[in-house]
Amino acid sequence: MFVIKCPYCGERDQTEFSCHGEAHIARPENPETLTDEEWGEYLFIRSNKKGIHYERWTHDHGCRRWFNVMRDTVSDEILATYKMGEEKPKS
Amino acid sequence: MSNQNRIYKGGRIDRDLAINFKFNGKEYIGYQGDTLASALLANDVHLIGRSFKYHRPRGILTSGSEEPNALVQLGLGARTEPNMRATEIEIYEGLEASSQNCWPSVNFDIGSINNFLSRVFPAGFYYKTFMWPPSLWLFYEHFIRKAAGLGVAPTVKNPDRYEQKFHYCDILVVGGGASGLMSALAAGRSGCDVLLIDEKPEPGGYLRNTSAKIDNLNSNDWTNEILKELESYDNVTILNRTAVMGYYDYNYLTALQKVTNHLPYLSDKMPRERYWRIRAKKVILAQGAFERPLVFSGNDRPGIMLASAARTYLNQFGVLPGKSVILFTNNDHAYGTAIDFANKGAKVTIVDNREDIPSELSDRCNKVKIKIYPSHSIINTHGYQKIKKVEIQKVDQDNNELTGSLREIECDLVLMSGGWNPSVQLFSQSRGKLEYHSKLNSFIPKDLIKNQKVVGCNNGNFNLLEVLKNSYQAGLDFATELGKSANKSLEIETAFEDLEFTEAKVEPYMIGKKKVTHGSKHFVDFQHDVTAADIFLAQREGYISVEHTKRYTTTGMGTDQGKTSNVNALALMSHIHNKPVDNIGHTTFRPPYSPQTIGAIAGRNVDHLFDPERKTAIHQWHVDNGAEFEDVGQWKRPHYFPQKNENIHDAVNRECRAVRNSLGILDASTLGKIDLQGPDVAKFLNLIYTNAWSKLEVGSCRYGLMCNEHGMVFDDGVTTRISENRYHMTTTTGGAARVMSWLEEFLQTEWLDMEVFCTSVTEQWTVLSISGPNSREFLSSLADVDISKEAFPFMKMKEGKVCGIDARIFRISFTGELSFEINVPSRYGLFVWNEFMKHGKKYDITPYGTESMHVLRAEKGFIIVGQDTDGSVTPKDINMDWIVSKKKEDFLGKRSFSRSDTRRIDRKQLVGLLVNDKKTVLPEGSYVVDEAKPRPPMDMIGHVSSSYYSPTCDHPIALSLIKNGLNRMGDVVKIPLMSGKVIDATITDSIFYDKEGARNNE
Ligand SMILES: [Zn+2]
Repeated sequence: MFVIKCPYCGERDQTEFSCHGEAHIARPENPETLTDEEWGEYLFIRSNKKGIHYERWTHDHGCRRWFNVMRDTVSDEILATYKMGEEKPKS
Repeated sequence: MSNQNRIYKGGRIDRDLAINFKFNGKEYIGYQGDTLASALLANDVHLIGRSFKYHRPRGILTSGSEEPNALVQLGLGARTEPNMRATEIEIYEGLEASSQNCWPSVNFDIGSINNFLSRVFPAGFYYKTFMWPPSLWLFYEHFIRKAAGLGVAPTVKNPDRYEQKFHYCDILVVGGGASGLMSALAAGRSGCDVLLIDEKPEPGGYLRNTSAKIDNLNSNDWTNEILKELESYDNVTILNRTAVMGYYDYNYLTALQKVTNHLPYLSDKMPRERYWRIRAKKVILAQGAFERPLVFSGNDRPGIMLASAARTYLNQFGVLPGKSVILFTNNDHAYGTAIDFANKGAKVTIVDNREDIPSELSDRCNKVKIKIYPSHSIINTHGYQKIKKVEIQKVDQDNNELTGSLREIECDLVLMSGGWNPSVQLFSQSRGKLEYHSKLNSFIPKDLIKNQKVVGCNNGNFNLLEVLKNSYQAGLDFATELGKSANKSLEIETAFEDLEFTEAKVEPYMIGKKKVTHGSKHFVDFQHDVTAADIFLAQREGYISVEHTKRYTTTGMGTDQGKTSNVNALALMSHIHNKPVDNIGHTTFRPPYSPQTIGAIAGRNVDHLFDPERKTAIHQWHVDNGAEFEDVGQWKRPHYFPQKNENIHDAVNRECRAVRNSLGILDASTLGKIDLQGPDVAKFLNLIYTNAWSKLEVGSCRYGLMCNEHGMVFDDGVTTRISENRYHMTTTTGGAARVMSWLEEFLQTEWLDMEVFCTSVTEQWTVLSISGPNSREFLSSLADVDISKEAFPFMKMKEGKVCGIDARIFRISFTGELSFEINVPSRYGLFVWNEFMKHGKKYDITPYGTESMHVLRAEKGFIIVGQDTDGSVTPKDINMDWIVSKKKEDFLGKRSFSRSDTRRIDRKQLVGLLVNDKKTVLPEGSYVVDEAKPRPPMDMIGHVSSSYYSPTCDHPIALSLIKNGLNRMGDVVKIPLMSGKVIDATITDSIFYDKEGARNNE
């Protein structure tokens, strides 16, 4: 069970958070102009990384803010947390 | 004779405090400080139970939590607990325990016939039975379940209290033996918050039962000194009788503290057990090591135990478990036990499989008249309920053959020692990697995880002085990392341990009289009755991977997780495949470290505290008026309100008729409610809902469907514009939290520049839904606003006073009847409800519950998201294309409506179903088929999603999702029931009543 540093509240137990999968997948600007394949890519295709992974979390039982987490999926070490809209840290 | 095996003095027991207890109904006396195992051994009881598979008589192998054999049923009635290790149970006055896994008694057990049928129950027996005809499995299962299994679970509810505790500390030290005490001491002296956990009644571990000397103090006295200092520190907490069970990420550990289990009485003030959830900045593992059994023929008889365990019974409990003792060993260290036994008057013989015995050892043995047989092996044992005799023979090591003459030695106790295995279970749980240590011939920790250290024997170091110093240093190092330091260094000069453990070979098995592969009883895993022959068989049958061998033979899968057996099993595999043990690998250890009660994990979260209950402001009225309740998420909602002798059908029919004919009232407070404010709400709603929101005027309501990006319906509700920049959104009762998160997700992650603020106000409002032709007349007398048909049309909202309370009145309907939803602040909810009930008498106002609500809405073909939809249904599928905007450029889910899959014409679509017999109420969830066959499989074309008897129509109605259903009006389909009966039904429109919607606009 992780300890996660919420960028707004500080370190809290994992039970206060939930994970929402891969981060930095922007919703396409004009969905209607996309092919089925391109739309499918946005909907379904995720990288499933072994190693450094960027993912979205929410502090549900805290500030309820969304933020991003950079985690090593092998060691489960959380290398960084940062606010929505911020550049992702380099691995 | 009582306590015939007790020696006159010594040990940590109090001979002045006798304790009476019962085992298998017979009364015995033990002393304060005894475990059940030590007290039974003192009374010369070696036969404790029967083994799992072969029902072989079994005794006591160890003196601790790793015990595989001596499992007993402890306590009676509601408090009885199965599979308790006699080696861990502290006796108390009145304790009652019994053998398990035997019938009719431990001395004569019918199941032991399995022992002679062992050729019929080989490794993988369970799996092989699956391959026989399935009907046979049913037969075998019955037999297996009866014959196998360990103890018996209580049949009534456990009355005890279990507590939970969250704990945060600087340094957690697991294990209170020599190494753990030192680490805790250093950390404690440095001022760190230390939690020291030990599974025994008092810390000290090995130091309690050896003859080591530390700075001229014997190890017992020295341990007491250290404990005294530790106890003097406020920053050090010591937990006895506590086992760390799980070691998870980021130094999160769980531990089970047995608080009152060892007491003869029950305390109102203390829980039985306490479950600790610990987050430690640093963790030091100091769990020591387990002695390794030797795998020889007949090594499982009562009276055969580990050498170190015997030494513990002798030195810590003052019990001499046998007087004619054979020690079978492959290492120097076990000689210490032999010498201790000889010094206490036992006749000791050593069988050592090594050729060269160090002369120092043989000299010392000579002095106490111990005879040694080098290069010898125990090749067979005798004695059914207790060991009587062993056969030994010389082994030609080079050719692995027996040589020389066979010798028989009578005995009443056999001790064995095959070396030591560091206790790496918790380390492994923490994802630490192990490596094989070639001198110990066992696994030791290799790569530590962050903020973790492993010290002492746990780390493969068995030199006492080094262990003390290194462990102290480990505590200091962690303290320094935490910015603290001790002003005292460790003053120990000398630590002398007679016969330190240095190395041992690992023996795959000891050559026996019978060939090991031919049904010999060389036990590897005592608890699961896995023999060396089983492991050979698994390899022959192709289960070569260590994970496969484990599952096929079930070695290491007992409640002890193979603490005594795993390394031997690996050594045997290594021998069979002629590969080094490191190449065999090892299986993964998982929590819990020891068996633990579910009660402790549940803690106080049982009965009505199992899950939070949400109640509306009207709840007590519902209770007082006889409502039957239904759980909707965490909400308690009235299901129906039976009167007198009504059953659910009578009540629902009456409630529905009241709504259709006069006036019904529903407590709709559980409806999800979200307050949306900001200049961009309309723009936001346009993206969230499928329909258009830009033109919604203040005071108007609109129904909306929400879809996810896959285009699937996931919630619905009515949203009302309260003022220029303020909207009131309602959601389904169960979907409220999900919708709230959905809104926040897009506001926080996609449309960051939108100014919209969402606040959940579900609990702030009481919602009274009044419905029926008399609702306007009724409400007009209580509201101070004009609610006439002209002034207050459908889908409008007005603010005003109702019964003198500020209210929002919504002209919306979920029943198809003329309806109003009156929202008042929750604190006035019950007041207004009571006023309504009082003033509504004239109209026979009738409270109705969720069941009637469901029937009424189904009569109108209104969907319930989550019942008539299941996450794979688009608005078009439920015939609600009318609510999907064709003009809006974008909204969530829109693009997916044109995916090839959502465009398919044979998708399941929501239609009505009318049974042709006009009387069968179809079970919800029933399959719909075109062609019914005598038995499955049948081609399913859909399912029934909602089904009720409709009092308004006076016949059953159903909603159903059927392939291409909207184009199949009038078709007859078949619904096969569980009973085998097949019902014919006709596909119809999904609106069964008032198709033109006239009643709503009265
Ligand atoms: Zn936060």
